[in-house]
Amino acid sequence: MHAIGLGFADWLIIAIYFGFIIGIGFYLRKYTKSQEDFFLAGRKNSSWVAGLAFLSANLGALELLGMTGNTYKYGMYVAHFYWIGAIPAMLFLGIYMMPFYYSSKINSVPGYLKLRFDEKTRVLNGIAFAIMTLLVSGINLYAMALVLHTFLGWHWDLSMWVSAITVGVYVTMSGLLSAIFTEIIQFFLIWFGLFLVSILGIVEIGSIHQIFARVPEAFNTLWSTSGNASQNGMMITWGGIVLGLGFVLSFGYWTTDFLVVQRAFSAKDLRSARMTPILASFFKMAIPFIVILAGLIALVLANDPHSGFSLLKDGGQINYDSALPLLIARYYPRGLVGLGVTALLAGFMAGQAGNVSAFNTVWTYDIYKSVINKKANDEHLLWMGRVATVVGVAVSLGTAYWAKSFPSIMDYMQAIFSWVNAPLFATMLLGMFVVWITPAGAFWGLVAGMGSSFTLYLAVKFEWISRSFITLSSPASDMAANFWRAWWAWLICFSVTIIISLFTKKKPNEELVGLVKGLTPENVNKGIPFIKRPEFYAIISLIVFVILNIVFW
Amino acid sequence: MKPIWYFVGLILLAMGLVLFINGVYYLFSPGGKQTELQGLHPDVWWGALMIIIGLIYIIKNRKVKIE
Repeated sequence: MHAIGLGFADWLIIAIYFGFIIGIGFYLRKYTKSQEDFFLAGRKNSSWVAGLAFLSANLGALELLGMTGNTYKYGMYVAHFYWIGAIPAMLFLGIYMMPFYYSSKINSVPGYLKLRFDEKTRVLNGIAFAIMTLLVSGINLYAMALVLHTFLGWHWDLSMWVSAITVGVYVTMSGLLSAIFTEIIQFFLIWFGLFLVSILGIVEIGSIHQIFARVPEAFNTLWSTSGNASQNGMMITWGGIVLGLGFVLSFGYWTTDFLVVQRAFSAKDLRSARMTPILASFFKMAIPFIVILAGLIALVLANDPHSGFSLLKDGGQINYDSALPLLIARYYPRGLVGLGVTALLAGFMAGQAGNVSAFNTVWTYDIYKSVINKKANDEHLLWMGRVATVVGVAVSLGTAYWAKSFPSIMDYMQAIFSWVNAPLFATMLLGMFVVWITPAGAFWGLVAGMGSSFTLYLAVKFEWISRSFITLSSPASDMAANFWRAWWAWLICFSVTIIISLFTKKKPNEELVGLVKGLTPENVNKGIPFIKRPEFYAIISLIVFVILNIVFW
Repeated sequence: MKPIWYFVGLILLAMGLVLFINGVYYLFSPGGKQTELQGLHPDVWWGALMIIIGLIYIIKNRKVKIE
């Protein structure tokens, strides 16, 4: 395709964005004086600030492009990622898990593992998370350069270096605080930059009703075709959606991935920390009105021979990720194209900043201070956080070049979350809610869960076993295999942890106060009226979630 | 320091102004990029919306300072 050309107004909007985020980094530097300021934004944020940052840390441009493309490929079933694949887990985090996380005053998720179990479990998870974060950060950088090169004709190296240096500069200056500020700006830019695509698509096609009427039935429902995998676009049954996505992958990501949970740790008090994922859940439920609608609009237009719209093809294969950029090119005049591109750029860069700020925290606290320099003081840790940021950005750049020379690494990245997060959720769940789980049980359960997930991935990838062996149905898509593999990894970790705990020594109860349910005083709502309690807002969120599922059943 | 909402207002205002002025320019000097539904002039009213929302955020937070 011809690259989407940019005019003066488009470049001016992109320049305003870069000027703003660098300026914010400089502005916030004078307020970043201690390690707590740098790694946890001083623990001063309101639930609105932490909540929007919590959501935005997950709302990268790769997700926006990928999910719009996936809707074109799989239909409405992609909305499961935003509803059953997110909302129950976010509410569970806010209501049940946050009191343990926040009250123990930890700096990171691996930090909880140290308090609840032992140092080796913390270091195992810290190393796995640090590697995963840097890989994801580098792949994001590569994907950004790929998108900018394909659609705008921008130079690969220039795109990667400019964005990496920009992120490196503002995160090095003010750490999590600047990452959170840019994530919130990214949230607004994504809505203002991309929601207009859906509005103009509805105007062109006629109505939302028309859009749904013009896509095949297998593509326009959420649950009604989930009884038989061959009847829906994603080729998956409701069991895989509920167990794999709705339970393991969703809870594994939203309740244990430090990238998002770190935003809640930055809240000013326990109520704000608990409200963080609950407020975010309302905005999460709204994202399909950008990505799902845009994907369905692209599908309707592509099926209409008079529209002149079709997705790009690379070597005969449809490039599904081209759906959103091509809709931007179709509807947006000069200036608005710049806003749309800025929204994607902001998504990429905020995602990278999120990964780098989570990495510098886990590296500094859970690897450097825990293993290398146990006596490091506040000033030294602040310095190390800044060094880790620069190193993290440099390693991300290296990973990006690696990905460029070895593009199939992208396939492996899709599975990484189920290697690290799915088993960790079993460890966390048992650790927070079962008193007799032992440090040895947690460590070996985690090793078994991570190892089995990785082995199952290789076994299916290289056809040592049939995919239907793990999905329990045939046919099965890659997505179905991802969901089911996560479920088995969780189950293996859960079972091994319990079995080993039955035969090994547990920690004394007095060391577990505040970390495990049953040994922790339940006074989280003391003095808070019912309509201000997180539970009240969680119930409203749950009602909206149920209504959305029924409406689009 | 100034709350994040103040900066959100500033960036929406700045970008909204660029969109609005650019859209009004093309309203009176037709030309430029040809797009579907260009007769609706989405840049003009979307830019105006961003200006209004940006101003609301700026005005509401212009005197706010947080610890």
